[in-house]
Amino acid sequence: MSLPAYLPVLFLVILSTLFAAGSMFVASKLSPAKWTAAKVEPYECGIEPQEGGVPGGERFPVKFYLLAMLFIIFDIETVFLYPWAVAYDELKVFGLIEMLVFVAILVAAYVYVWRKGALEWAE
Amino acid sequence: MPLDIPAVRLTGIAPEIALCATALLLLVIDAVLGERRNRWYLPALASIGLGLSIYFATEAWGTTRLELSGMVAVDGFASFVKITLAVFGLLTVWLGRDFLVRERAEEGEFYGLVLFAVAGMMLMAGAADLIVVFLALETFSLALYVLVGFRRRSLLSQESSMKYFLLGSFSTAFFLLGIAFVYGAVGSTNLYGGEDGPGIVSSFMATGASDVGLLILAMGLLIVGLGFKVAAVPFHMWTPDAYQGAPSPVTGFMAAGSKIAGFAALLRLLDVTLYPLREDWRPLVIGVAVLTMVVGSVLAVVQEDVKRLLAYSSIAHAGFVFTGLIAANDRGVSGSLFYLATYGITVLGAFAVVAVLSGRDDEKVTLRDYRGLFYDRPLLAGALTLFLLSLAGVPVTSGFVAKLVVFGAAIQEGYWWLAVVGMVTSAIAAFFYLKVLVVMYMQEKETEDAERVRSGPLSTGVIGLAALATIVLGLYWGPLIDVAERATLFFAGG
Amino acid sequence: MSIDVAVFGVMFVVVLGSSIAMLFARNAVHVALFLVVTQIGLAVAFLLEGAYFIAAIQIIVYAGAIMVLFLFVIMLLGVDRREALNEPLRGQRPLAVGLAALLAAEVLYVAYKGSDLITTGGGSQALQDLNADPGNVKALARVVFSRYLLPFEVTSILLVVAVVGVMVLARQMSAISPVSARSGSSVADKEEAA
Repeated sequence: MSLPAYLPVLFLVILSTLFAAGSMFVASKLSPAKWTAAKVEPYECGIEPQEGGVPGGERFPVKFYLLAMLFIIFDIETVFLYPWAVAYDELKVFGLIEMLVFVAILVAAYVYVWRKGALEWAE
Repeated sequence: MPLDIPAVRLTGIAPEIALCATALLLLVIDAVLGERRNRWYLPALASIGLGLSIYFATEAWGTTRLELSGMVAVDGFASFVKITLAVFGLLTVWLGRDFLVRERAEEGEFYGLVLFAVAGMMLMAGAADLIVVFLALETFSLALYVLVGFRRRSLLSQESSMKYFLLGSFSTAFFLLGIAFVYGAVGSTNLYGGEDGPGIVSSFMATGASDVGLLILAMGLLIVGLGFKVAAVPFHMWTPDAYQGAPSPVTGFMAAGSKIAGFAALLRLLDVTLYPLREDWRPLVIGVAVLTMVVGSVLAVVQEDVKRLLAYSSIAHAGFVFTGLIAANDRGVSGSLFYLATYGITVLGAFAVVAVLSGRDDEKVTLRDYRGLFYDRPLLAGALTLFLLSLAGVPVTSGFVAKLVVFGAAIQEGYWWLAVVGMVTSAIAAFFYLKVLVVMYMQEKETEDAERVRSGPLSTGVIGLAALATIVLGLYWGPLIDVAERATLFFAGG
Repeated sequence: MSIDVAVFGVMFVVVLGSSIAMLFARNAVHVALFLVVTQIGLAVAFLLEGAYFIAAIQIIVYAGAIMVLFLFVIMLLGVDRREALNEPLRGQRPLAVGLAALLAAEVLYVAYKGSDLITTGGGSQALQDLNADPGNVKALARVVFSRYLLPFEVTSILLVVAVVGVMVLARQMSAISPVSARSGSSVADKEEAA
């Protein structure tokens, strides 16, 4: 195989690593460091963190899991979209119809999930 | 291989398409309309979908060809199994309606999953490629795992769903490995083969006998995967737990549906595709069959829970169907079909009675709860008696005819001793059916119930229909056997 | 030394290092993150072999979706919970060592034999031709979207069944388990407080 085709990716990886490390280094040298109690606390999206990380040391609600599962299921769809896109020039209308049927079935599932309220966070 | 657009003909999978479209529509309608008090339109829609699939399956009767690049076989065998499955589906939907109303459970998902499960089972019957068999197997198994855990507020139901899921995935892994081995041995996964590519056996003949060991290993793995679904020993461990934990209508559906679907795939795989290699797979399958008959019948004797008892009985029945499969002649195949159809109706009827009697939360299912039933609910007790006698194989019921046909097929091929094992285990099995009858007729009720269980109109209808079918097929078996025999005519040609 | 070998070397060190780190990490979240690194390293290995499709799947499905699920499950069960270390199966460890040795021998054998092992479907030459002309992604697409049309569409039905199953089971879990019901309300409380 021809690896030089991936050289730009390699450069990107090196560059982004350097940029991240560099900016952290510069920030640590230039910025004034004043530590307060609020600053060293773990960040939980603006909500006051509690003992044990998770509220009351309890488990996360099942909704997280539900969302993760739904994400995976719709993610599998992309597995098929990738080769479909590569061979689209040959598949033409036939391929389009195939993929439309496939996606339409999943859209029905999406409507079902949506209307059942699985995507709403607040009860 | 350049791309050529395949011919798309949908005669073969029209029943499945009808079911899947109905199921999707049903889920969306239920989600859009929200939780109304009486959702009568959902079971009605499900029944229409199942009716349509029966119509499409009858339309395909008489056609025999491979469709969709050799992925689906359209033949009488597939049509017979599909119509039977649709009938099972109808009975389950009606029975489920009463159950869901009683338990105040979500309705849309139940019917949706039942329809998807039936569609998956139907696809098993027509599948002509191991990849399609695998996908069909996964579709209906996944739906069943969820249906088993459908009793809210019941930890037992959740636990059995979990067990069934874990063991089921394990067995599916075996099946998948089997497909990989088949491909490794012969370079094809197609059961028939045709213009789109060679089939398993034709590739095998072309490559010579060098890979026969690998192919037999693969065959073993496939039998493990399918044997799990039909509850054959030693892959039966999940059966009692799943049957006990599942809601009673679902238990009936599992017993009837996954058995006929699993056997449909086994019959096509072993009795058609691998028929030339029958001397290689027969010893293995005979071992499984004998174990299944003996273990199922003997362990059922000690059960105290009616659902567990029926679970072991279903294991034993899987063993009886195996005798027809092993015979591998026309009579064996048609006999197996007849057996599976009549057993399914009877067992659905039996679980319908169990569902009605189990009361709120589906919990009164031990033999103690059945004491003196005859004096309390004579009609229900009578119906259950009929179903149990049919399961035991007593004359004048459909179960007797079914046993006669499969054992006859085995004897025809010279496996008379297998038929003897079947008869002896049937006699053992009769003992535990009689045990239930004794409890119902000759023991006294312990306590009075606070609330008398009531049978919904749909449940009563299902029980009535199943009882009628059990009697009628026990007296006039001719027509159905004729149809089953004609179903096997086009079967091997592909 | 060609660049292929250099990339292979880096990939090898990263994959092996993160797999070993995975075994010794104490925090379950760290274990999951090391697993992500391993998966990405393996994707690079697939790229090196010219298996572009599998490399993409490795990233999209394994490093992406499956690992998100892992993390959520870890969160769901609680990060701090210690697993009990007693093993119910006796003789598990020697058995594991034996099986691992067997697996290693098998992998070495396959690696030694290489593509000579492919005998069905035209052998390794056919595979090379396929990789050269349309490329294996396109070759795959041609088969999946023509001959395997039905399995492809059935997959979407399978996914729908999975969606419905997830919905039913998740709702039933919150119906019977007091723990998740309580923590569900505590999140609502927290949001109100915020």
